[in-house]
Amino acid sequence: MSHYGYWVAIFLMSAGMYILIARGNLLKKLVGLSILQSSVYLVYIVPGKLLGGTAPIVSAQYSVYSNPLPHVLILTAIVVGVATLALGLALVVRIREAYGTIEEDEILERD
Amino acid sequence: MKDDIILRVVAKLVMPFMLLFAVYVQFHGDFGPGGGFQAGVIAATAIVFYAIVFGLAAGKRLAPEWLVEAMLAAGVLLYAGVGLAGLALGGAYLDYFVLDRDPVAGQHRGIFWVEAGVALTVSGVMLKLFYMFAGRGRGE
Amino acid sequence: METLIIHVLLTGLAVVVVALTLTRNLFSVVVLSGIYSFLMATVLVALDAVDVAMTEAAVGAGVSTVLLLGALHLVASREAKPLARPFLPLAVALATGGVLAYGSMGLPDFSDPQAPIHVHVAPRYLNEGPKETGVPNVVTAVLASYRGYDTLGETVVVFTAGAGVIALLRRRKKKGK
Repeated sequence: MSHYGYWVAIFLMSAGMYILIARGNLLKKLVGLSILQSSVYLVYIVPGKLLGGTAPIVSAQYSVYSNPLPHVLILTAIVVGVATLALGLALVVRIREAYGTIEEDEILERD
Repeated sequence: MKDDIILRVVAKLVMPFMLLFAVYVQFHGDFGPGGGFQAGVIAATAIVFYAIVFGLAAGKRLAPEWLVEAMLAAGVLLYAGVGLAGLALGGAYLDYFVLDRDPVAGQHRGIFWVEAGVALTVSGVMLKLFYMFAGRGRGE
Repeated sequence: METLIIHVLLTGLAVVVVALTLTRNLFSVVVLSGIYSFLMATVLVALDAVDVAMTEAAVGAGVSTVLLLGALHLVASREAKPLARPFLPLAVALATGGVLAYGSMGLPDFSDPQAPIHVHVAPRYLNEGPKETGVPNVVTAVLASYRGYDTLGETVVVFTAGAGVIALLRRRKKKGK
């Protein structure tokens, strides 16, 4: 049971990957991509947690802190993720205006 | 939505506090959770909230397009400029120790300006993204 | 007790994602992704990652939902029923998940103080960080000072995303819809 965090992160990663490759709707694919990205946040932050510790803000009352290094990396990852989502959504909007649909198979037929 | 009196009153009451909270998160990021990214996103969310309730034109009166585009670029330039200041004062690029006579005060100064640059860029980008998506379908 | 809370929240995340996979109404997909982001922010607070939780709540549940709703309004469709039963993608996703789960057996236990990530650079940041930078929040000190280059790169990435969306969606002349 001590690996439950990893298993949930792997489940989320597989679910995000399944949505990305199995569904044809472009908007849903983008949501699946963002779920895949957020499962990676769990993979980084779950090992950094120490039970009985506190947030990594140094103060005189606490002596055990959770690891600050994954937090820094994931802060960057979150912002990059929303940047990717915004660009993907702009492309979906332009595809809709050009082809009239956002279903993948209909776009491939029309091309 | 601006005909609904509850939304109108609540938006006018809450929006200044959201902006104030963004400024608080920016400056208190040294002592608690917070920093440039969170502050920039909260500030952009305040203007987005106002624009959703009162209309995109009212939102653009609050934060005009030229200002948002200038903020976008100014943040990156500020960050890179802090690095160049480190070079000019004798250290390496992005070296904060040389920015003041006392190295710890130099670090504090460097972190302050760098977080300000990050907050400027992030709030500018989030606001510009909202303007682009919300203004598309109306031909304006 | 702390572990129980974390496990319950993680299970909630998995349930929301299963619901998101099965629904075909795109508006409910967007709302479920907002719920997912809020649950993720709560899990992050339970895992002591307070800076990350604030960013995830603001960015994931705030800006991301607004952008998805904006795009949904411009696109205005409903997901079509898939023509073929998606057995191959399901098999690929399950196989990938299975291999990763097998690999995760070698990872250290939850909250093990002797795990490799706690013994190299992190103690130095926690001990020397506030003394060298004068900032008690170690995450801000590492982000802005020790790893300042990475944050410069990230700011440029955010700027590039903004510039890219401007380039894609800017209208040159006045058009109707």
